[in-house]
Amino acid sequence: MPSYLFWLFSTIMLIGGAAVVAFRNPVSSALSVVACFVGLAGLFIGLSAFFVGVIQILVYTGAVMVLFLFIIMLLDLKDEQKRARKHAPLVAGLGLVIAFVVQLLGVLSRSPDKSAPALDEKALAAAASHFNAGGKIATSLTDGRLPDVQLIGHTLFTQYNLPFQILGVLLLVATVGVVALSKKQAE
Amino acid sequence: MTSSFRIQCFKFMASLNDYLLVSGLLFSIGLFGVVLRRNIIIVFMCLELMLSAANLSLVAFSRFNTANGLPDYNGQMLVFFVITVAAAEVAVGLAIIVALYRSRQTIHTDELTSLKG
Repeated sequence: MPSYLFWLFSTIMLIGGAAVVAFRNPVSSALSVVACFVGLAGLFIGLSAFFVGVIQILVYTGAVMVLFLFIIMLLDLKDEQKRARKHAPLVAGLGLVIAFVVQLLGVLSRSPDKSAPALDEKALAAAASHFNAGGKIATSLTDGRLPDVQLIGHTLFTQYNLPFQILGVLLLVATVGVVALSKKQAE
Repeated sequence: MTSSFRIQCFKFMASLNDYLLVSGLLFSIGLFGVVLRRNIIIVFMCLELMLSAANLSLVAFSRFNTANGLPDYNGQMLVFFVITVAAAEVAVGLAIIVALYRSRQTIHTDELTSLKG
């Protein structure tokens, strides 16, 4: 990903993230989360993870944040009043964050840096030999395209089949749990 | 250290450390929000930010460590699972928040003190 696009999307993402914490109105916060996730999806697509980028938009900004907005409006939350802010959380938060960032900078300045391996037509064509000749993945790879969705599907249904099934059960349990939680309890 | 960072900023392609730095910054913003904010819905949103920051570093590792000349798709599978579990978690968490609001008429963590000794 070219550097200027990387910095553009990461600025959108970080400003959105900071706005979530800064806004008093929960609706503004939720919309800032949307901005943050759109920047994040841009970064994913720049990393040639097209499927994950699209899923990020569809699931997070499409479904999860709409659910958040729905709940905020259902509860009819007002802006937080200016209440006497306690200083302890502010100091604790700043201390934690500064310690974390200093540690991060220390680790990153010592660890060897890496630039992205090329994903050009030659590299992709060379990778095609690892897949069934004549299959969709191998055909796209020899054409010099990265069949991201097919590769994810291939990995998901071969190496990660059992976790995938368990994930289905988890979603079912979550659905049943939500229905049970939101039923009015009989007194 | 600062000079090496400055050189990285003006390279043509973003490097692995750039992605890890941005991901760490997003994580710390989320952590700050979780500690600072009193509104439980915003605390929950900040948790989502922290999960997404972890996702960003996973995708970056997957792109920068190739397997057979392709991005390492094991990392992206983990992102897929994290996104799905996070969606389930949001649904359950918001249902709990609605139940909490019904019984207490508040979602400010300051006012929920039943467990305070």
